[in-house]
Amino acid sequence: MFRTPLRPRLRTGAQPPGRRSRSRPGPALGVALGAAASLSLAAGCAGAGAVGGGGDTEQIVVAIVSNPQMQDAISLQEEFREQYPDVDVRFVSLPENEARAKITASVATGGGEFDVVMISNYETPMWAANGWIENLQPYADETEGYDPDDFVPSVAEALSYEGDLYSVPFYGESSFLAYREDVFAENDVEMPERPTWADVQEIAAELDDPGQDFSGICLRGLAGWGEVMAPLSTVMNTYGGQWFDEDWNARLDSPEVEAAVTDYVELVQTHGQPGAATSGFGDCLTRFAQGNAAMWYDATSMVSSIEDPASSTVAGDVGYVPAPVEETEAAGWLYSWSLAIPSTSEHKDAAWDFVSWMTSPDYLELVGTELGWERVPPGSRLSTYDIPEYAEVAQAYAEPTLTAMDEATQDLTMVAPVPYPGIQFVGIPEFQDLGTRVGQQISAAIAGQITVAEALEQSQRYARTVSESYQDGAAATGVENGRDS
Amino acid sequence: MTTAAHSANPATAVGRPATPRKDKGTGVGGGLLTALTWVVAIGFFFPVAWMAMTAFKNENQAASDPPTWFFAPTLDQIRAVVADSGTFLGNSVIATGVSTLLVILLAVPASYALAIRPVRKTSDVLFFFMSTKMLPVVAVIMPIYVIAGRLHVLDNIWTLVVLYTAMNLPIAVWMMRSFFQEIPGEVLEAASMDGAGLMRTLRSVLMPMVAPGLAATALICVIFAWNEFFFALNLTASRAATVPIFITSTMTSEGLFLARLSAASLLASLPVIIAGWVAQKQLVRGLSMGAIK
Repeated sequence: MFRTPLRPRLRTGAQPPGRRSRSRPGPALGVALGAAASLSLAAGCAGAGAVGGGGDTEQIVVAIVSNPQMQDAISLQEEFREQYPDVDVRFVSLPENEARAKITASVATGGGEFDVVMISNYETPMWAANGWIENLQPYADETEGYDPDDFVPSVAEALSYEGDLYSVPFYGESSFLAYREDVFAENDVEMPERPTWADVQEIAAELDDPGQDFSGICLRGLAGWGEVMAPLSTVMNTYGGQWFDEDWNARLDSPEVEAAVTDYVELVQTHGQPGAATSGFGDCLTRFAQGNAAMWYDATSMVSSIEDPASSTVAGDVGYVPAPVEETEAAGWLYSWSLAIPSTSEHKDAAWDFVSWMTSPDYLELVGTELGWERVPPGSRLSTYDIPEYAEVAQAYAEPTLTAMDEATQDLTMVAPVPYPGIQFVGIPEFQDLGTRVGQQISAAIAGQITVAEALEQSQRYARTVSESYQDGAAATGVENGRDS
Repeated sequence: MTTAAHSANPATAVGRPATPRKDKGTGVGGGLLTALTWVVAIGFFFPVAWMAMTAFKNENQAASDPPTWFFAPTLDQIRAVVADSGTFLGNSVIATGVSTLLVILLAVPASYALAIRPVRKTSDVLFFFMSTKMLPVVAVIMPIYVIAGRLHVLDNIWTLVVLYTAMNLPIAVWMMRSFFQEIPGEVLEAASMDGAGLMRTLRSVLMPMVAPGLAATALICVIFAWNEFFFALNLTASRAATVPIFITSTMTSEGLFLARLSAASLLASLPVIIAGWVAQKQLVRGLSMGAIK
């Protein structure tokens, strides 16, 4: 799931620079250092246990995000052990925000706790450029039956750096527009095969019924680079807007961005869900699944909840069409949870054994037969969509998902080229902060506290600060090469 | 404080309902106050009770809207949580137990010296201890992480032991100091008249007198170490992760998790609740003793 709500930055809790050193962590560090000797002894023991516990077994530590599909992988670990008896795999599984922060801290500082980490197409090109993660192309090519060419091409491209895979996809998602076929039929409204945002606006106005607590559309409004900024960025792209142009000029003040943001904000204000400024993926999911909205533009991974009768009252009544467009052919985003091996890992081969097991075609079959075909991680391999059992359970959404993933490239979703990788995000380290700050402005505009013009004016100032560091030639490593398409 | 006279007898200070003085507070005001007390008490207790209830639901019941009040309780969540939490519990017990022991071993002599044999800079020393608690932990986590990484002690339970000891030491020194200050100088003089040396005085005279305070201090250290999340989250991975990390790992950004989360939280709070219950009497005596100035 591409969703990273507002997270306080590490330095917000820091003391002001002017403060005297009274409050430095004297005893804490003192004791820590003082006990270093005894600790390293203890560490020696622990380390020994870690490497060689039972004869020849190698222990690897895998850090993953605790989403249901990943939990499934943990529950199937016995199968891995049977296949690779000499690899002892241990898991660290945390919710998205904690996992992202922890994995980033560990990989960036060379902490070395993990042999396999779950990251996304946001991190992969940057981390590859920094030399933090291993080139997996040689491993993938040499592993029999692994078939890296089977990965969904847009996903594989997003996880590559200089043409080589640096992480391999566990699942992938794009975005599309879900709509209530039953409500549309009742009201004699037709959904175009490839709607524009103007179509969506018109339909939302027609089906909106606030008196019955039924909204025309659900759209994210919650501040955060992975919340409101994900769908909104795709709208900006298809309107011809950009975060930065090819010369790294901030372009949030362009008429295209203003038109996109104005339309989005007005749509959600007039025909969207109540309390839109604070609703993210989860709130929209609940609302749509409870039958209180006619349309919802969001991640393709919504289907696992929407089509599950246990948690949704609208399962089977939902149709899916590609992300609404304006100036471009397509508009969906691209996101993938993928597995990478940090360069600091001392057990790279064992780590690859696990990575290849969890992302192989056989694993998809294993999940299907052991846990059920609806639980197969979608959007990673083309062959998934050739499995007859999967095609049957995923009839309503398999094709739209694959189409959306296929079209999720910068060429198809953007009007003009940009100097960064990413569709719904800007693939630079500063973006987590920039995106969240801009998201706060947009969220305030949706809440009606400020106007769109004011929000964009402030956002442009934030973006300009970031752009200056790139224009000075002081760009972070690898940004010039970051975009390999 | 003026409550000194009451707390000398714990039986009257604790657990005695306010019935005997009915003559005064029975009016509307008294009734309102009682009602307010109930509202506040239930307000505080309700989330805990709800958590305990949710732990016995299945995931759909836990997530339902409107909330499910009546249901057939299931032990599925508890069973799953008990099965998964072994390593985490073991780590928490080590981190909490060893760090509390170390804190007590270090805090008792330190606070004895600061209370009974103060030197010119005693107040500076005390302030220095306390000042280490003023810096937000988040500001030092990166240096600590890097240092631990260089020493190869990331994901090592002894790292947490050291940090928890350092984290709790200032509080323990301050608390124990106030307990030692309660002891009249005459007692020490009498002990030394009888020929007791420093160790003997500490062991046979002072320790029995500050025992309630020691229990209160230890319990607070236990609670802080048991509940500590931030260091554990950042410095551990698979081997040294503690119970708070286990609780977090039951959450997910997709799918339902409230019942599992509640079961994990219930399991995690039990040891502290039991410890608090067992030490309740000592604790109240200890805390009120520390309050006397």
